[in-house]
Amino acid sequence: MASYRTPLARARGLGPARTGTDHFWKQRVTAVANVFLVSFAIFLIVRLAGADYPTVKGTLAQPQNAIPLLLLILSGVIHMRLGMQTIIEDYVHSEGYKVAALLLNTFFAALMGLACAYAVLKLSFGA
Amino acid sequence: MAETGESASRPISPHLSVYRPLINMVMSILHRITGVALYFGTLLLAAWLVGTAAGEPQFHLINAFFAHPFGRLVLFGYSWAVLHHMLGGLRHFVWDTGRGFSIGQVNALCWFTIIGSVVLTLVLWMVGLALRGEL
Repeated sequence: MASYRTPLARARGLGPARTGTDHFWKQRVTAVANVFLVSFAIFLIVRLAGADYPTVKGTLAQPQNAIPLLLLILSGVIHMRLGMQTIIEDYVHSEGYKVAALLLNTFFAALMGLACAYAVLKLSFGA
Repeated sequence: MAETGESASRPISPHLSVYRPLINMVMSILHRITGVALYFGTLLLAAWLVGTAAGEPQFHLINAFFAHPFGRLVLFGYSWAVLHHMLGGLRHFVWDTGRGFSIGQVNALCWFTIIGSVVLTLVLWMVGLALRGEL
């Protein structure tokens, strides 16, 4: 039955990648969030540069710093994964290498995200 | 590259190397390069956070790297990449609304990105070093 559908009808809505504008939209949503969250992180890091261990540990453990940092980690890794996905799709044309690179991209983003989030949560809840 | 059958013999359009560099093209390339740099730069953020969470010896180890001239240089580049990518993103928000596409506006937005990112980076480091009493 699907063969009766015209190429235009198949492409309409979700397009050939079957994800529609999902990539574009998530990329922009995280970009807007990152403008605020990265600005916050820059101020936090400049403030903490050269500070001693108890100060850094205590500051990162405070919820008003830990929560924006956790949001930055989440928004940041989603944004960078989408960006790297586009770069891989632009330059890696061999199907095998492309799939491998896209997998590695997802693994790297997940690892960085979880490692950073784990560290912030440990500082927040740990001794 | 998929050099299979028909696709290999097709004519291809001229790529980047045939064009004289224009500011919007250079900013587009820099946006991608800084994006890649920030991608791997998350390793630095992770090292700092995980090091701090791991304990005082690890914290001092990470800090020693960041305090070393080479570490400082890496951080300086990282901070410029963040600011440049952010200003480039703001430029794309303007373009997303369908505005700013005349040649004059495109060039102005692109010059604003590079000049703004360099100025902001220098201001950031002057403030940071002044706060530490190193300036």
